[in-house]
Order: sequence, then structure tokens, then C-alpha cells
Amino acid sequence: MSQDGVNKGRRTLLVGATSAVGAVGAGFLAVPFVGSWMPSEKAKAAGAPAKIDVSKVGAGAMVTAEWRGKPVYVARRTDEMLGKLEGLAGRLKDPDNANKEQQPDYADNVYRSRKPELIVVLGVCTHLGCAPKYHPEVKPEPFDPNWQGGWFCPCHGSRFDLSGRVFSGSPASDNLVIPPYMYEDDNVVIVGVDEETA
Amino acid sequence: MSNNKNSLMGWIDDRLPVTQTYEKHMSKYYAPKNFNFWYFFGVLSMLMLANQILTGIWLTMQFTPSAEAAFASVEYIMRDVEWGWLIRYMHSTGATFFFIAVYLHMMRALLYGSYQKPRELIWIFGMLIYLALMAEAFMGYVLPWGQMSYWGAQVIISLFSVLPYGDLLTEWIRGDFLISGATLNRFFALHVIAVPLVIVMLVVVHLLALHEVGSNNPDGVDIKKLKDENGKPLDGVPFHPYYTVHDMVGIVVFLMVFCTVLFFFPEGGGFMLEYANFEPANGLKTPEHIAPVWYFGAFYAILRAVPDKLLGVAAMGGAIAVLFVLPWLDRSPVRSWRYKGWISKIYLVIFGINFVLLTWLGTQPATETLTLVAQVASVIYFGFFIGMPFYTRMEKTKPVPERVTGGH
Repeated sequence: MSQDGVNKGRRTLLVGATSAVGAVGAGFLAVPFVGSWMPSEKAKAAGAPAKIDVSKVGAGAMVTAEWRGKPVYVARRTDEMLGKLEGLAGRLKDPDNANKEQQPDYADNVYRSRKPELIVVLGVCTHLGCAPKYHPEVKPEPFDPNWQGGWFCPCHGSRFDLSGRVFSGSPASDNLVIPPYMYEDDNVVIVGVDEETA
Repeated sequence: MSNNKNSLMGWIDDRLPVTQTYEKHMSKYYAPKNFNFWYFFGVLSMLMLANQILTGIWLTMQFTPSAEAAFASVEYIMRDVEWGWLIRYMHSTGATFFFIAVYLHMMRALLYGSYQKPRELIWIFGMLIYLALMAEAFMGYVLPWGQMSYWGAQVIISLFSVLPYGDLLTEWIRGDFLISGATLNRFFALHVIAVPLVIVMLVVVHLLALHEVGSNNPDGVDIKKLKDENGKPLDGVPFHPYYTVHDMVGIVVFLMVFCTVLFFFPEGGGFMLEYANFEPANGLKTPEHIAPVWYFGAFYAILRAVPDKLLGVAAMGGAIAVLFVLPWLDRSPVRSWRYKGWISKIYLVIFGINFVLLTWLGTQPATETLTLVAQVASVIYFGFFIGMPFYTRMEKTKPVPERVTGGH
């Protein structure tokens, strides 16, 4: 075919304009494909609050409950355990709950709980999401010769005190999350709702 | 063949360049005659890719990709399906041997400078294959839906939470607020269709780029410089029949080792199939000791060595990313370590041993001592790359011969 008399400028403009419109169209087409990866309506609906009977949690013991498929730890701390918490500040990354997103306002205290003795905390390590293990005894551990009790994550060795506050030198950077919760009565805790959301 | 226009081959060649392609890539592809042991691992990687695709297709025929049924369907394959145990063990053992072959193939490139000019693109496509292979292996390990599948996925997907909009991004990847059946189902789709397609296409491009510039060799000599009167490289031999027959020896020996592991140690002592994975996934309880399968150990050890979430993930990503720029870090005038200076030689040996050490560390529980060892090993790992532009430039190299040494 003869190339004489070809208007190169017009050709470039037409090819460019067509490609640009096509690229915008491809962008719109990507929306349903990318969007279909988001949690479905069914997954969103599965987050009902969980009721936990805390009357059977003995002093120093911990139980694991489930809320939105995640483990929730409920531990009853003894006075001796609570007494140690204040003195740990120097060994912690965030002793004063500076990161407000990790707990509701009513848990923004040294015990990180509504009632000092009973802590309700998400058993999801703030590092990479494993479930930390409860090591309440004060004794030298392989991961910490000066262990004062708390949670230890088996995945990457993050350490938390009995208020779920992260120790310095842990790969995790934030304290464990305190979920929204409230007392239905003295023996029943509801996780997932509090006065604000109820 | 194509000269005879009346033959069947001639008829085809007029319509599709079969003979021309065969000659370009096989019978008239001249490879250096001095290939050694290290040069088996390219073809062995392809052999394992073929094994994974074949056994993988058969596994999909019996596997059920749902949170409720996945674990039981793997047990069904192992116990009730005729030869199911063999096909599954071929697939799981194949993954390990695929990575062994790929790691040795990469080590070969480090030894003989096969990433240097003009082979930068071959190296980069190779790295892309490696990246895709890691994604493929990770998603495949999630499918049996055991404890390690679940918690491995939890950890790896959480790595993305350090990025901007991290929580949204991890929800998008999981398709849920936690690892669930939605995650399993999409990983199945990616593992059996999307990523294998990408890997096969990358392998094709890797080979096309290789055949464009020609294979390197243990001396790092350019064999295209010296040619005979017919234009054939003096130090080259046609890939077929010389290296096809030669590779068969390697394939037979490799398959003997493969079958020994396959039939006698299919769990690989817990490094290939971890014991915690014989327990169904439980989202409320992390196993006592979680570790990746061995082939991710090195990068996992680097992740754990850093006592900070963001920096740890950055170090792990950096450990893989730095490999991509390797062709531009090596400033040595020579390719092969045979002619490089003593710093390069010693550091290369240390790097190899150090990588094995990191791999082992990644599979062990995090104690204080081992964390310290992992920190030192991580520094050695990065030092190899960061120091490379300096030590390869300063050191005294030996003169490279005109012709390759050794060979037949």
C-alpha cells in the first residue's frame, strides 16, 4: 500500500485516542474482578457478638473463646500478678497505651481492662497474626531469663506482659488488641459490643 | 529435510517453521563443550515442573477445595484413591526437588557469573520464575488445610499488613476477616491455573533469551568469539545430540535420589510435610512451633531476625529484591569465580554455607541464641551484595584464557 499522503499526525492522534479510551475501559473492567476478592456479604454478616461465661475462670487461669473466628483470651489475674504490671514500664515498647487504636477508652489503663483482675484480649499477635501462648508463671524461660508472666508468640518470639503490652525486643510493634466488650452481669462478658455500639 | 519440498516435513515447514525452530534451539544450538555437574540443574528444574503439572492435574481430580472438605479429601486421596498416595507424594516430594534444583541452578549462575552482561535479562526472568514459584509453593501448601497450612497462610498474608492500607489489603487477599474457605478457594484457583500459566510463559521467555545470547560456561569465556570456517564456535557442540544424551545421565541419577526420598522418606523428617499439618486447621490455636517448609527457611529466618515488624518484612523483601539487581552489583571484569580474586571466591563459599545455615535457622524455634545467630547470618547475606560493587572492583583478577578449559 502506498504510504504517500499519509497524515502521520492524524494517525498518531487516532491511535493514541483509541488506546487511551481502551485503557480507561480496561480500568473499568478491572473493577468487578478486583472487587470480587473483597469479603462477601456472607462473610460480613458472620460477625455476631460472643457471650463468654467468666465465672469458671479461676485465679491465674485463662480460657479461649471465639469471636468472628478469632481467638479471644479471658484471663483472671491475681493481685500478685497485677502488682507487677506497674514496674514493667521500662521494658515495654508502649507502656502507656500511646497507640489508642489497640484498646477502647475504658481499657486505657495499666490493666487494660474494665475490671482490674479480668482481662479480655484478642489472641492475635500484632506481628503476623499467630495466637500467642499463655505463660503465667514467673520463672526463667528460654525466650526470656527474667520472665514475669504473660503471652509468648511461638511464631516469631514476640513477648507480651499480663496486660497484653509488648516487650521491647519483640518483632511485634503494638500491644495486643482489646476488643470492645461489656459485662452483661458479673459472670457474663459479651465481646463485640459495648455501650457505644450497643 | 526442508529441502525436499515434496516430503511431509517440507509441506509442514512451508506453513509452520518446525525444522527451523528445531535447528535453532536443538540441533544447531551450540553450547560450550565444557559444561560440568552444575549445568544439569536447568533441565532438572524443567523435569520437576513437568512432574508438578502432571501430578497436579491428577490431584485436582480428587481434591475438594473447601474449608469443610479439603483436609478429608487429602486423606481420601492418601487412603482410598488407587495410587493416590503415590501421585500426592510425587507432587509433595516434587516441590522439594524443584526447589533443590532451582537453588543449585541459581548457585551455578553465581559461581560462573552467568548473570553478567549480556545475560542480565536471563537472570531477571529467572528471578521472576523463582518469585512465581514461591507464590505457587506457598498457595499449594495452604490447600491440604492442616494446622501449618492455616497458620502459614496467616503469617504470610499478614506480611502485607505493613504496606499502606495494609488491613484493607489483607482483607482483600483473604476475602474475609480471617483465613477462611474463601481464601482456600481462591488459592486453589491461583495454584492450579493462574500461577502455573505464568511460570510456563516465563520459562519460555527465559529460554528464548538464553538461546539469543548463548550459554555461559564454567570459564565464563565467550565461545562465539572463535569460530571455524563454517561459522560454528570452536568450543561449542550442538545441544542435540550431545547435551540431550549427557543430560539423560543427570536425569537418571537425579530421579534415583528423588525416588529414594519419595518411597522411603516422603515426609522428609518434617521438613517437607510438617507433622502439625496432619491436624486439621484450627483458627483458635497456633501450633507449638510454627515453621515454613524448608525452602522458605532462609527468608523466614531473616524476617525473624529483625525485632521490628516493618523492618523485618522490609529485610525479608529486600533479601529477595537484591537478587534482581545482582547483574549490576558485580563490577568484576571477569565472569567466572575461577578467575575472580580471593575475596569473591571466599565470600561466595561463605554465602553458600550461610544460605544453608539461614535455611536451617528458619525451621527452628526462636530462642535467644538462634536469633542472635540469625542476625549475624542476615548481615553476612546482605554484606555479600552490598559489598559486591566494591570488592569485585578492587580485587586482582586472573587472566581469562582464549578457549575454554576441560571438556571433551
